Amino acid sequence: MDLVLLQGDLERIQGCLRRVLERSGAHCILLIDRSGQLISHWGDKPLDDSVALAALTAANFGATAAIARLLGEKDFSLLFHKGREENIHFSSIGDDFLLVTLFNNRASLGLVRLHVEKAIQELGGILEEISRR
Amino acid sequence: MSFINFAGREIQCKIVYYGPGRCGKTTNLKYIYSRIKAQVRGKMISIDTKGDKTLFFDFLPLDLGKVGGFSIRIQLYTVPGQVHYNATRKLVLKGVDGVVFVADSLKVRREKNIESLENLIENLRDEGIDIRDIPLVMQYNKRDLQGGSVPILPLEVMERDLNSELKVPSFPASAIEGFGVFETLREISKLVAKDVSRRVLSGKKISSGF
Repeated sequence: MDLVLLQGDLERIQGCLRRVLERSGAHCILLIDRSGQLISHWGDKPLDDSVALAALTAANFGATAAIARLLGEKDFSLLFHKGREENIHFSSIGDDFLLVTLFNNRASLGLVRLHVEKAIQELGGILEEISRR
Repeated sequence: MSFINFAGREIQCKIVYYGPGRCGKTTNLKYIYSRIKAQVRGKMISIDTKGDKTLFFDFLPLDLGKVGGFSIRIQLYTVPGQVHYNATRKLVLKGVDGVVFVADSLKVRREKNIESLENLIENLRDEGIDIRDIPLVMQYNKRDLQGGSVPILPLEVMERDLNSELKVPSFPASAIEGFGVFETLREISKLVAKDVSRRVLSGKKISSGF
């Protein structure tokens, strides 16, 4: 399956990513697919870092899904790594996509989760529409 | 799964270097990284064990320039070759658009090459891909050892073992010295870009340029 994005699609996706940042206080957000391709990103990370982050986070999520299966779970739909200053939050969007949110200690995890959850619903709809086309 | 961005006029594809343990997959990527201009490559990421084995994968994004008005970005991955890391190999193969099979020319590694190719066929099948339908290139690595004290497989034997049915393009190479590395990369990139343009762009009236 290939993913084909048109101009309007990208604008809708970026609008959604931008709103998460504005409302949650996170500083960077990436939409990637589970094979590690970066689809869109918004925030302060340079493209080079975002591309590498996409590959690593997809692998991380895949490895964690394998752990979940060993424990009898289908998947862990949410992952969170806490650093001293920086934190990273991963959520799955359906079976094929991931949303990766980077935020520091000035932002609240609860607020990030709230807005990420809203974005997942919206992005899930957009991506399903694109995939069906 | 390739990703085609009409808005940014960009195509992203994933190419996986596959093969038995210690055949030189990572060395291929390291050579490419060392010889390519910084403007066209991104960061190379390696997740390796304490020794020199790849634990999870290596990753190197490259910008191949424009084809038919679209920027082609490819992402090179390697898999861990050791037999017991199959779960990891399957993860890395997810969404693959093209494969380079790196075979080891050492005579003692003959069986390992065949086993690894069979493992690739099986893992692709689990992804719903028939190996005959995906862009594939063979690389017979370590040819620099020819004529030395270590017994090396003749190219004809490697062709017969690995490529008699598949009949895909193949290249003798030495990832450590560099010959054959870019020939392999060029061929797989060409095949992948052709395949993607055939699948996706043909319906949109965009000349692929190939």
